[in-house]
Amino acid sequence: MLLSPTWTAILYLAAAVCFILALKGLSSPKTARRGNLIGAAGALVAVVTVFLSVKLDNIPWIIAAIAVGSAIAAPVARRVQMTQMPQLVALFNGVGGGAAALVALLELGHSDDPWVRLAIAFTLLVGSVSFAGSMVTFAKLQELMTTRPVVFPGLPIIMAAVLLAAIAASVAVIFTSAIWIAVVLIVLGLATGVLLVLPVGGADVPIVISLLNAFTGLAVAASGLVLGNVLLVVAGTLVGASGTILTRAMASAMGRSVAGILFGAFRGGSTAGSTVASDRPVRSSSAEDVAVLLGYAQRVIIVPGYGLAVAQGQHTIAELQAALEARGIEVIFAIHPVAGRMPGHMNVLLAEANIPYEALKEMSEVNREFKTADVALVVGANDVVNPAAKTTPGSPIYGMPILEVDAARQVVFLKRSMRPGFAGIENELLFEPQTTLLFGDAKDSLGKVLTAVKAL
Amino acid sequence: MDDGIALLTITVLAVFVGFEVVSKVSSTLHTPLMSGANAIHGIILVGAIIVAGQAGDGWTLALALLAVLLATANLVGGFVVTDRMLEMFRGRKKPPEPAAPTTPAAPTTPAAPVASDAGTKEAGR
Repeated sequence: MLLSPTWTAILYLAAAVCFILALKGLSSPKTARRGNLIGAAGALVAVVTVFLSVKLDNIPWIIAAIAVGSAIAAPVARRVQMTQMPQLVALFNGVGGGAAALVALLELGHSDDPWVRLAIAFTLLVGSVSFAGSMVTFAKLQELMTTRPVVFPGLPIIMAAVLLAAIAASVAVIFTSAIWIAVVLIVLGLATGVLLVLPVGGADVPIVISLLNAFTGLAVAASGLVLGNVLLVVAGTLVGASGTILTRAMASAMGRSVAGILFGAFRGGSTAGSTVASDRPVRSSSAEDVAVLLGYAQRVIIVPGYGLAVAQGQHTIAELQAALEARGIEVIFAIHPVAGRMPGHMNVLLAEANIPYEALKEMSEVNREFKTADVALVVGANDVVNPAAKTTPGSPIYGMPILEVDAARQVVFLKRSMRPGFAGIENELLFEPQTTLLFGDAKDSLGKVLTAVKAL
Repeated sequence: MDDGIALLTITVLAVFVGFEVVSKVSSTLHTPLMSGANAIHGIILVGAIIVAGQAGDGWTLALALLAVLLATANLVGGFVVTDRMLEMFRGRKKPPEPAAPTTPAAPTTPAAPVASDAGTKEAGR
């Protein structure tokens, strides 16, 4: 008793429409959550349909594997700290790419059409690039390895050699359909993925996640061609296309080009920055001094960064905002498009602390307001306020739009140490006369400042 | 060959739909959108199930089941983590609206959902 091909096609069509509505819904804040649920419903329809429409053996095993996969992924996704969410997305993306490559590998034995084997070779290569690349981005974001670009002499030559070998192996797979060559192709794909992501600097990693997301989409679409499954083709292509647009949008929010991000480090080895703390003199001060600066200001602009999120200081900063507003001080938040680790990440983190939406200003509207601000309070951010992006053509972040905090009358940095930011570049603003530094964990410092403001 | 052309047609149309659907998104929503798209390609699970259901020998089955497991993690984890992100966007819009008008009549009713909302969020972390 299997579903007829017509019913199967109709149900797959329904699932595909759900996915389109999901992406459409996710494009607007009002409909985003419903959009995501529609997508999940579409996925459920599709999975039920495959069980009803194809004659399957090993069903208990399959259900067990689905149960185990859900039992691992759902609790992790529920419990992950919002600060670690980017690396979790990278991880999920990687395993999706890996699954596509495995499906293609196992289908190789069943294919007698060279066009199908072309799709198989494509899936093997792109799926394994996405898997390995995502694992490296995961390691970078989790800080299991250095977040700075990793370059070594001969990298471009090795990269070119691996790519040529991968193309040769793809051709061999198409004409011989030998399993061992397919395995070689997977290994070459894994190597390509690692080499592709290693030279990418920490701050650009989110854009690479988005790019690899589009890659996985394309691999899934190609595996749909292999299996003759329209739903996989549509869903994979949708993700591939929308992921490409999204990658470009993210890159332009940072003033970068996608090619520049991927290949920038190949060219300029000397701009890779440093992790060494500078020993130039700076003006550091106490929480009480900072409280006085803030408490007697009229307008304060807070620039939250990743350091705030890491320290879990969102709730403390919300209290500080309330305390300052109780003194009649105007407080707004300036949100850089890539504050946090991904575009929009900081909005999520501050929303979690119930900071009102109206207090969050995007970069384009807030930049002209720094001139009239008495204090710009920079909490755990560095690269997004670094004037080098405007003034130093050789800098790795040159051209990235920044929040112009240097225009404010006073600038206060809450920092853990003098260690440079994620991009590994020193910030000249720290040494300017109008700048005050308060060292320490962002949450601790905010707590001390808050107590001192209340005592004023 | 007709099948091939039909699939090609569908692919090309899907490319345009994909471009069109996300053409204007504010940077605030980039992260959830990426995460949602990420969940959608977890639908490779359908392919993995087909391959596992037709596996003849143990090796093939083992690899196919691994694919099923990985694809499930992508699909389920992707939708769940996206939902968690979006849950927070909803949280901040509610407080200003219901708080104002009903205060004199029944102060407990409007406060309850907001408070419990914040409570679960705290507990979840």
